[in-house]
Amino acid sequence: MTVISDVLIVLLLLAGAFFSLVAAFGVIRLPDVYTRNHAASKSATLGVMCIMLGTFVYFLVEHDLFSSRLLLGIAFFFITAPVAGHLISRAAYNSGVKMWDKSVRDDLKNKK
Amino acid sequence: MIDLVLKLTLVLLAIAMLGLVYRLVKGPTTPDRVVALDAMGVNLVSIAAVLSMILKTSNFLDIILLIGIMAFLGTVAFAKFLEKGEIIEYDRDQ
Repeated sequence: MTVISDVLIVLLLLAGAFFSLVAAFGVIRLPDVYTRNHAASKSATLGVMCIMLGTFVYFLVEHDLFSSRLLLGIAFFFITAPVAGHLISRAAYNSGVKMWDKSVRDDLKNKK
Repeated sequence: MIDLVLKLTLVLLAIAMLGLVYRLVKGPTTPDRVVALDAMGVNLVSIAAVLSMILKTSNFLDIILLIGIMAFLGTVAFAKFLEKGEIIEYDRDQ
């Protein structure tokens, strides 16, 4: 039982760290603010949710502690992180940040 | 096994944090910096979770929720400031 839970915790932690690292590299390497926001808001959210789920399993198995705060935190991040990404992206578009040179389509250009 | 993986995870999260600091310093526009700050808040939550496992205490789990709420509020305030020029609007000003 404890071996299974150890493997589960290790896998969740490594997956979370991998996704956080991928988000950081996306934020470094992608060309404009919209693609960077795409990388940051999706991958970082999945990474932090994996790590918090690993923490929840760790405290449940090793310390017999059912931490509802961690479950609440997972739900909170799942709800708010996409909203925050949407708000930043919309603020960037409305304050006139240019898209990447090779972008081919801008559906919002003729609205207003 | 878990102790080693916890330290490895902490190192990987620190590398991710350094990459985000690079974007925060260099980012050509303000929304780039806001994106980097938001992702740094999310990474800080991961670091707090890993640290609470390393120190074997459950007292940091409130901090996780607190940092999450603060990061979201800060991002919303920044986005509203960039879009409208003010954060709290008054009807009487118009």
